[in-house]
Amino acid sequence: MRWTNQLQLRIRSLFQRQAADRELNDELDFHLQKQTEEFIAQGMDPQEARLAALRSFGGVTQHQEECREARGTRFLENIPQDIRFGLRMLRRSPGFSILTILCLTLGIGANAAVFTWIEGTVLRPYPLVSHQERVMVLGGTERGVSRVVPISWPDFLDLRKNCTLIDSFIAEKITGATLSIGERSETATGSLVSANYFDALGIHPILGRGFTPDEDYGRNAHPEMVISYVEWQTRFQGDPRVIGKTQLLNGVPHTIVGVAPQGFYGTFVGYSWQFWVPASMQETFDSTGYHLEDRGERWIEGFARLKPGVTLDQARQEVAAVAKRLEAEYPATNRGHGVTLLPIWQSPFNATSAVLPILVVTLGAVFFVLLIASANVSNLLLVKAFGRRHEMTVRLAMGAGRSRILQQLLTEGLILSSIAAAGGLLVAYWCRNLLTVVLPARTAPLYVPGNIDWRVLAMSAAVCLIATLVFALVPAIQTSNMDLAGALKSESGTLLGARGRSRLRSGLVLVQVALSFLLLVGAGLVIQSLHALRNADPGFSARGLMVTYLDLFGTSYDRERASNFQDQLLDRVRAISGVQSAAYSRNIPFTYRPYSSAPIKVDGYDAAPDERIEIEYNEVSPGYFATTGIPLVSGRDFTRADNETAHPVAIVNETMAARYWRGADAIGKRLQVKDRSMTVVGVAKNSKYENLLEANKPFFYVPLRQNPSTFVLINIRSQMEPATVASALGREIQSLDPNLTAYRVLTMRDLMDRMNSSQHVAVTLLGIFGGLALLLAAIGVYGVMSYAVSQSTRDLGLRIALGATAPDLLRLVMSQGFFLTAGGVAAGAAAALGLTRLMGYVLYNVSPRDPLTFAAAFLVMALVCSSACLLPALRAAKIDPIRALRE
Amino acid sequence: MGKPTELVQGTLDLLILKTLALEPMHGWGIAQRIRQISKDVLQVNQGALYPALHRLEHQGWIRAKWGESDNNRRAKYYSLTADGSRYLREQQAQWNRLSGAIDLVLETN
Repeated sequence: MRWTNQLQLRIRSLFQRQAADRELNDELDFHLQKQTEEFIAQGMDPQEARLAALRSFGGVTQHQEECREARGTRFLENIPQDIRFGLRMLRRSPGFSILTILCLTLGIGANAAVFTWIEGTVLRPYPLVSHQERVMVLGGTERGVSRVVPISWPDFLDLRKNCTLIDSFIAEKITGATLSIGERSETATGSLVSANYFDALGIHPILGRGFTPDEDYGRNAHPEMVISYVEWQTRFQGDPRVIGKTQLLNGVPHTIVGVAPQGFYGTFVGYSWQFWVPASMQETFDSTGYHLEDRGERWIEGFARLKPGVTLDQARQEVAAVAKRLEAEYPATNRGHGVTLLPIWQSPFNATSAVLPILVVTLGAVFFVLLIASANVSNLLLVKAFGRRHEMTVRLAMGAGRSRILQQLLTEGLILSSIAAAGGLLVAYWCRNLLTVVLPARTAPLYVPGNIDWRVLAMSAAVCLIATLVFALVPAIQTSNMDLAGALKSESGTLLGARGRSRLRSGLVLVQVALSFLLLVGAGLVIQSLHALRNADPGFSARGLMVTYLDLFGTSYDRERASNFQDQLLDRVRAISGVQSAAYSRNIPFTYRPYSSAPIKVDGYDAAPDERIEIEYNEVSPGYFATTGIPLVSGRDFTRADNETAHPVAIVNETMAARYWRGADAIGKRLQVKDRSMTVVGVAKNSKYENLLEANKPFFYVPLRQNPSTFVLINIRSQMEPATVASALGREIQSLDPNLTAYRVLTMRDLMDRMNSSQHVAVTLLGIFGGLALLLAAIGVYGVMSYAVSQSTRDLGLRIALGATAPDLLRLVMSQGFFLTAGGVAAGAAAALGLTRLMGYVLYNVSPRDPLTFAAAFLVMALVCSSACLLPALRAAKIDPIRALRE
Repeated sequence: MGKPTELVQGTLDLLILKTLALEPMHGWGIAQRIRQISKDVLQVNQGALYPALHRLEHQGWIRAKWGESDNNRRAKYYSLTADGSRYLREQQAQWNRLSGAIDLVLETN
């Protein structure tokens, strides 16, 4: 009851304001009449009584105003009025308005843009996939290994059968394939997926269908494919009758059963897929053999979509429990192997986990940029407030409450930042795909999602409010605390009167200098880090090393023929003039392709009871160590005689030799790998295998010839251009078999750069935003100094009149600027020492307190600030004392 | 007659509600009634009275209605709502406790 009454009253005072005001008038008038009557009764004459009544009542207008306040809707009533007034003020000084809005647009826009990137990467890495908040990465764990690894197909099927909290398990294995079109063959990128892939992700093919549940079973029984929209458009010109056509994938005809919708790029951040085939076709795409029934072969990367309302923890516990049961049931293959779930952005299977920390650091940086921009606007508003002193004084004298003035000034600020926020969103919209530009080009088309949605809007609104509070509150409070009498009396700004204000403005500039120093240090650190990464020693000689691959799988070559072809080709490649050496290997460093690993046993090394030693290895041809530049510490290289019929041999790295033979010479020792016994014939120096940041780990090499494969990578050492090498290689391949073509030749440097791409992103982004911050801070310093000079013209003129020379004045102004800068840098350095620690995890081999970086940042800051001060200082030195004193 | 005592902060609401508990009344009447009952000790400042009335109305403790005053003039009459009388009882009890406590403190040597 009560609240309905209240609501009625509120609505009335808001929308029937005139009626309410009229009633108020009547009510107070009635009171005055009664009072007048009383005074008349006491013997006054009517005229006098009326005046006396008015006197005794006090200020009628003020009381009316107080009654309106009492209604509690005053605040709302004032808003339209304030907005109208605010807009009028903006129009009156367009220069000021444009400058402030521009500053804020940059600040808010930068924040919104970086936020869309983060949001896209974290929440919606896969466009079109529904309910991504419930999609988790499925991965295996290994005792003693910190990273997440693939899982096996039988384990995957058991998880699917036994977990109740999970809607669907989705398997995916990235694969390349040779796509033959008529005479031509080219490579295509796609995935082997479980049959539920499209249904579970909520992707509806625009033509045809996805896969059906029975297509998960039957060895090579379902040669079918779904093609991507882009593939459909480019290769089939959008032909609607494409369904039912066949295409040769790795030599096997596959029937096209569906076309994925436009905008679906697959589920691997940064790449876009061309085709999908059922996982049951694994053998066709994997030269290492048939794995669908082998619990020990772990090759599936996958996803799990949780049921609604299930938390990640609950689901994680369930899959771990199922994995535990499997461990007990199949100890031979599963001992020490678990299963876990990760949020998508922590996926070890693609680049997100590397890019995300960088983006978070960048978000911090753009927030600082926003603060700096706000400080600039605050400074501008302070100057403006000084100009509006008279207006404010009059308002206060007329009875405006201080809160009323505060409200007015905040509304004006909010108008500024709202316009800027709209502009900022526009900036963010333009920049939503900028990350694609910043990321270095990759071999596959790149897609990084950015999207303006309600979260971005909400974030921008929040940023807009924060900015308003930061920049409008300070001048507003200053104004509302104005000394009335003082302000009315002194019209001209003396230096004394303006001291408090100027201290405030200097404080703001101090903050700006400090924040931009901080950003400079941050940018400097990532530059140093990138430099360190580029110069990091991978353990082999990357300069002049090129890689490409030769895939005879899916052609008519059997292993025997393939092996012969490889030998012939290698001889020809080595003979190319300009090629120093060449060798094959099954894998190369710094790609997403995982190394093979095998359980080993070493005579004389007693494993802990539960220890299952599994070590990664590479299969290499003779000459591999010479070609890559990994030195052999002792023993010999593989030879062509180390073939299938010879005794198995291995070369171990230093870490492995030290761990399992404890300093004794490893050469000649026996090594049990899976079920084969090998003799160690050499020890190689440690090198980096997966990334530059990894710690030294045990690793070994076995001869490629002892387990021939149709898929090999070619390592070539040459000082020639990659394109030259590629065409020479192409000629040699064609001369051996005209049906084959060469693949792209990449330099090892390219691969390393690609691996360091997140560091490139960090350098680019922090560089841009650091520069922006520096620019804004310079504007701030310039603004404060030139304002100070213009305000103290008389003071400076007096000094000249008393004998100060131009250099004296120059020195005076410059030293003031210097103190500002020094204070800011000191504060910034203190903050940087504390904050850059948080950047530790994106830095490589650089201390967050790297003195060189700090010194460089200081130098830049000093240079920029002194140039910002120079102009005002020169103006001060040129002051004409006579004019200054007369004014 | 000595100088009228300044009203203790917050007691004006209580006095208004108490006055209205007797009968509906307009602003002028309320001021007069408070003065009379307190034997001229409590003087209500009109500047405070009307904002207080409007505030109480918006809080729902009292409601206003236009009516005829003694000599056929339109006047705004305030009356206590059901919520208001409950609120008054609570406030009065609280006041009694408070003034009792103050007395106790003052009388203790």
